[in-house]
Amino acid sequence: MAKYIIKRILMLIPVIIGVAFLVFSILSFTPGDPIRIILGEEATPEAIEQLTMELGLDQPLVVQFFRYLVRLAQGDLGRSYITNRPVFGEIMNALPHTIELTIWSVAIGLVIAIPVGVISALKQYSLLDNISMVITLIGAAIPNFWFGLLLMLLFSLTLGLLPSSGVGTPLHMILPALTLGTTNAAIIARMTRSSMLEVIRQDYIRTAKSKGVGRGKIIRKHAFRNASIPIVTVIGLQFGGLLGGAVLTETVFSIPGLGILMVNAIRQMDTPMVLGSIIVFTILFCIINLIVDLLYAFLDPRIKAAYK
Amino acid sequence: MDNIQVSVENLVVEYKTEHGNVQAVNGVNIQVKKGKTLGIVGETGAGKTTTALAVLRLIPNPPGIVKSGKIIVDGEDISGKSEFEMNKIRGGIVSMIFQDPMTSLNPVLTVGDQIAESIGIHQGLSRKEAMKKAEEMLEMVGIPGYRSGEYPHQFSGGMKQRVGIAIALSCNPQLLIADEPTTALDVTIQAQVLQLMKSLRDQYGTSMIMITHDLGIVAEVCDDVAIMYGGRIIEQGTLEDIFKKTKHPYTEGLFNSLPNLANRTEKLKPIRGLMPDPARLPSGCVFHPRCLYAQEICQSRVPQRTDFSDTHMVCCLAYEEGTNIEVKGGGRIV
Repeated sequence: MAKYIIKRILMLIPVIIGVAFLVFSILSFTPGDPIRIILGEEATPEAIEQLTMELGLDQPLVVQFFRYLVRLAQGDLGRSYITNRPVFGEIMNALPHTIELTIWSVAIGLVIAIPVGVISALKQYSLLDNISMVITLIGAAIPNFWFGLLLMLLFSLTLGLLPSSGVGTPLHMILPALTLGTTNAAIIARMTRSSMLEVIRQDYIRTAKSKGVGRGKIIRKHAFRNASIPIVTVIGLQFGGLLGGAVLTETVFSIPGLGILMVNAIRQMDTPMVLGSIIVFTILFCIINLIVDLLYAFLDPRIKAAYK
Repeated sequence: MDNIQVSVENLVVEYKTEHGNVQAVNGVNIQVKKGKTLGIVGETGAGKTTTALAVLRLIPNPPGIVKSGKIIVDGEDISGKSEFEMNKIRGGIVSMIFQDPMTSLNPVLTVGDQIAESIGIHQGLSRKEAMKKAEEMLEMVGIPGYRSGEYPHQFSGGMKQRVGIAIALSCNPQLLIADEPTTALDVTIQAQVLQLMKSLRDQYGTSMIMITHDLGIVAEVCDDVAIMYGGRIIEQGTLEDIFKKTKHPYTEGLFNSLPNLANRTEKLKPIRGLMPDPARLPSGCVFHPRCLYAQEICQSRVPQRTDFSDTHMVCCLAYEEGTNIEVKGGGRIV
């Protein structure tokens, strides 16, 4: 198991190099010159030349890329072209907001969606099941930035219950987390329902019943654990989507997170900042994937046996 | 009657399907004597498993409904019992071994845990004591006790069925229902598993219902036999009644379908046709479209029970007054 984890962490290295290369190439083909953006339109040719040399932008792309990798290996993400502050520090300031938002929205998903899915499965075709399936269908279809604006209108502007933007208190997180979490919660609820429906028809559930196991215990011990494997897969995939979705939500609710940082950096051609934030996203995504894979092993001994 | 362990009286079970209601079991009466084994024999779809599940009140609902019938376990009618009371009977008094060991064990729980669960419920032992007893049960079915911490996927099919047997026998049930326990296993393993079940049954004096389509297994383990066809019992008797005084043309057909080991080049004589679709059972005698001796009357008249002795009964018009049907029957030795 430990060997497997180490292997997976080492595999991060080629992934990061690949991602860095892609982003590096895309940025270099993007129209626009960072030097012009930094110095403004009225800069003298001398100043432009000097800054180009300073930033190493006169070198061939391959050389620039390898220089970047060497610094990256030393843990140096460089300095922002715009603010001239270390990229790492900027990211570390923004990251907690994004992580907080993501975790809150997943938590909302789990706390609401899983019970809804389980109950719907156990009471298939009941009124409760039908209602929750209609609501989840709507939830899954709503574009979340629009849903965010509606929430803001209702709870901040009309009712004045919750703050509409910014960060600071847990209250600030409620609307963004709802915005970001609704679609995912709806998908998790539907997934939980179909997965439970499949599992409760299995032979081993009948075996458990024939042993005299009570209904509650059958659901908790025998059914849910088997049903949770596809649910974990979906949640793991959603985490990746959440990080991306956070870009929109952060914009709507003015949360100074990684999403906003990255969007601004792209707009300003701030190459080190873009690269840095994408690499941090990549690492987060890979770590979440690893956690999901480890959860599989915990849930299903057959998968654990395959992790060598 | 004191020596009756379980009796099923006039059981009718329906399944709701898109094509209307299907009678899977239609007026079945069976009795299992204490310490004896009843074999229920029939083709796939005859209603054997449904009958067995009804004894544990485990017929999936929906789509299945028990329309009528009494099930008396050890002198007590269980039809009106609550789920809570049923859970004391399930696994404690009546337990079941299922057909397919590959899918009957929970893949994410250790086999020890799955055996201990039953022990914990019915014998009120602590988890640790129950695990210890589970290991003993594993040893009893021929699996080393230290493997109790392993998962079902680490065992072969035959071993899994042994685990199934260990689960079923862990609380010394009075009645064991075995639903084609060897069908999914290799022939060589079948004999081992059957032998194990037989010896454990004799050791504990457990009554048993053995559901099978294999007359060889019946000859080996059963005391009484009920032949099922189209949701009905069509012939019932002691092992000797059925094997040596065969009456029903269907029973005769079953024997004729067995390979003759003394003359291996001889062709098999299968029963012609297929088991009828339970949704469209034939009129009159349900077996008549496949029966070698069928006459016109068989299409319209439903055969009633004819008793030949205290133990042997058959439902066939050939044995009823006023019909003129010749059947060969009788005197078959396998």
